[in-house]
Amino acid sequence: MTTTFRILMGATALCASAGIAAAQDVTLTVATVNNGDMIRMQGLTGEFEAVHPGIKIEWVTLEENVLREKVTTDIATNGGQYDVMTIGTYEVPIWGRQDWLKPLEMSAEYDVDDLLPAIREALSVDGTLYAAPFYGESAMVMYRTDLMEAAGLEMPEEPTWDFIRQAAEAMHDPDNGVFGICLRGKAGWGENMALLTSMANSFGGKWFDAEWVPQFDQPAWNAAMSYYVDIMTNYGPPGASTNGFNENLALFQTGKCGMWYDATVAAGFVTDPDDSTVADKVGFAQAPSAEGGQKANWLWAWSLAIPASSENPEAAQTFIEWATSKGYTELVAEKEGWLAVPPGTRTSLYGNPEYTKVAPFAEMTLAAINSANPGSPTVDEVPYVGAQYVAIPEFQGIATTIGQLFSAAVTGQTSVEEALTAAQATATREMRRAGYPK
Amino acid sequence: MARQTTTGQRALVTAVAWGIGILISFPIIWTVLTSFKTEATAIASPPVWFSFDWTLQNYIDVNTRSDYARYFMNSVVISIGSTLLGLAVAIPAAWSMAFQPTKNTKNVLMWMLSTKMMPAVGVLVPVYMGLRSMGLLDSRTALVIIMMLMNLPIIVWMLFTYFREIPGEILEAARMDGANLRNEIIYVLTPMTVPGIASTLLLNVILAWNEAFWTLNLTTTNAAPLTAFIASFSSPQGLFYAKLSAASTMAIAPILILGWFSQKQLVRGLTFGAVK
Repeated sequence: MTTTFRILMGATALCASAGIAAAQDVTLTVATVNNGDMIRMQGLTGEFEAVHPGIKIEWVTLEENVLREKVTTDIATNGGQYDVMTIGTYEVPIWGRQDWLKPLEMSAEYDVDDLLPAIREALSVDGTLYAAPFYGESAMVMYRTDLMEAAGLEMPEEPTWDFIRQAAEAMHDPDNGVFGICLRGKAGWGENMALLTSMANSFGGKWFDAEWVPQFDQPAWNAAMSYYVDIMTNYGPPGASTNGFNENLALFQTGKCGMWYDATVAAGFVTDPDDSTVADKVGFAQAPSAEGGQKANWLWAWSLAIPASSENPEAAQTFIEWATSKGYTELVAEKEGWLAVPPGTRTSLYGNPEYTKVAPFAEMTLAAINSANPGSPTVDEVPYVGAQYVAIPEFQGIATTIGQLFSAAVTGQTSVEEALTAAQATATREMRRAGYPK
Repeated sequence: MARQTTTGQRALVTAVAWGIGILISFPIIWTVLTSFKTEATAIASPPVWFSFDWTLQNYIDVNTRSDYARYFMNSVVISIGSTLLGLAVAIPAAWSMAFQPTKNTKNVLMWMLSTKMMPAVGVLVPVYMGLRSMGLLDSRTALVIIMMLMNLPIIVWMLFTYFREIPGEILEAARMDGANLRNEIIYVLTPMTVPGIASTLLLNVILAWNEAFWTLNLTTTNAAPLTAFIASFSSPQGLFYAKLSAASTMAIAPILILGWFSQKQLVRGLTFGAVK
């Protein structure tokens, strides 16, 4: 054999093996939101690819609303652009029912029973799991321990709305740049309407009765709205009607809020000494409740799901199992410490002393998630699921319009009564158009 | 003839002009400043102007997380490709309407403009499904075509107004000398309207560069341009203003520099024909 011939043979063999490798290689397109925990997952892609050499990951990271618009278009038109989508507890029941998502059957090793029951329920349709939780959250009260002490008050573990008002009044000191309470005021179904829906639930209200008739004309909504507008205007920061999660986070981190009632995921941010000037002065309490009512219910989980149009469902399932496994939690802990692990999905995490040692808010977060009940979120029985939202496709549109009406009530452009009357009219009209009761 | 002005008047006009200039460019200046801050200083209240520890960390973070070059190349191909394609279609169209008008020319022009009046989201689903069946989702080809169609009415309108300024007699003279239609457009008409064509080109490159509906909705990874790059750093839950500002600065820098160098052309083109 001549050398040239040998080289040629070798080259052919190389090409052939490269061809085989290429044929086995699967590229997964994963769409996700630009939140800290997801960025961390993106950073750990190499670890996954090292264990699963045949699978490559392409990331599409986008802002939440842009992502929602894109993946909704794709899934509704069967576009097949994505293999894994990051979606929330709002979408999963709707999309699962439409057969837009592939049901997930996890291996025994995955230990599906370890998932927090409330989260698992929220991600299942008729007992079938359609998405795996990446991180979960509920809502709780975050407050300044130093200001609370100076006001001579003590925050109970389960405060009432009356106590919140009393504490807000005592801590309110606008001359020194401290406002009693910061709450979401920015219009949007995922902004002020998340807060107000959960508040109304705690005042005994609901969005719809058993016949899908809107309930904004009922006393419970009036009580919740009057309370909200009252504390926002008297003890809130100026311009509160434009504050969303991020604006309030910035205010709290710079020491401008006495209390803040919002998503539990904020706990990690406000106790981080790198970003927060009040990191060592933050206390936590459960979601407030009205006298004799239930707690303001809240549950959300960013979850990974496989669209029915994916061409690589097996590889996608492998990736989802990896990203939401106990092993992933340990990997993050090993690389970046226990405080960085995605919270709120697994019971085992909260039994882990290494985690509870570094996360002072762990216990409160777990209690908040466990007390949420998206299956029956309200005092009375309702035909829908969802805690701070209503899991029907029409909700986004209706709640965004109503959110604008309620935001106007905070600025004083309209009264609470006018806002509620307009909300009732909007919801009644839209629900009739959508053909309810179904 | 120059109007007589006092120093005081001139100083006032200069001050007002500067004031308006700074006001208009303030968001961009603030974005650039924020991109050099830490996340904590970015949200400081009252805001910090210049006396902070300048850092390049945001740029480093943004580049570690994303492949800027890929997004940049997609933006270049999409904006320049769609504009050139648009010009190739629009020059003959504008020629025929400017020099061979019929009684319906005005209606045709209005009809073209009317396509810009519908919200783009109204045709998103049909366009998406069409591209899906052609296998063109997430491809530069699709975006070049869509961007061209989006901007075509503007290109035709701009060229039409420039062409109308050219006296028809010059073209007639060329015809007398034996120029055919092709030569007439390429060697006579086009050179005379270069400032107009240049400003149309620049304006449309800028429009296509900044377009953030189709470019976001029709791409995933391969064809995603700089608008998707910015969107990947925006977050409603978590404060990443400094990183977002760094990403925005990187996304607008190329087009800003292009605009800077070509502003003479742009202004000349936009005021072309004002003085006869």
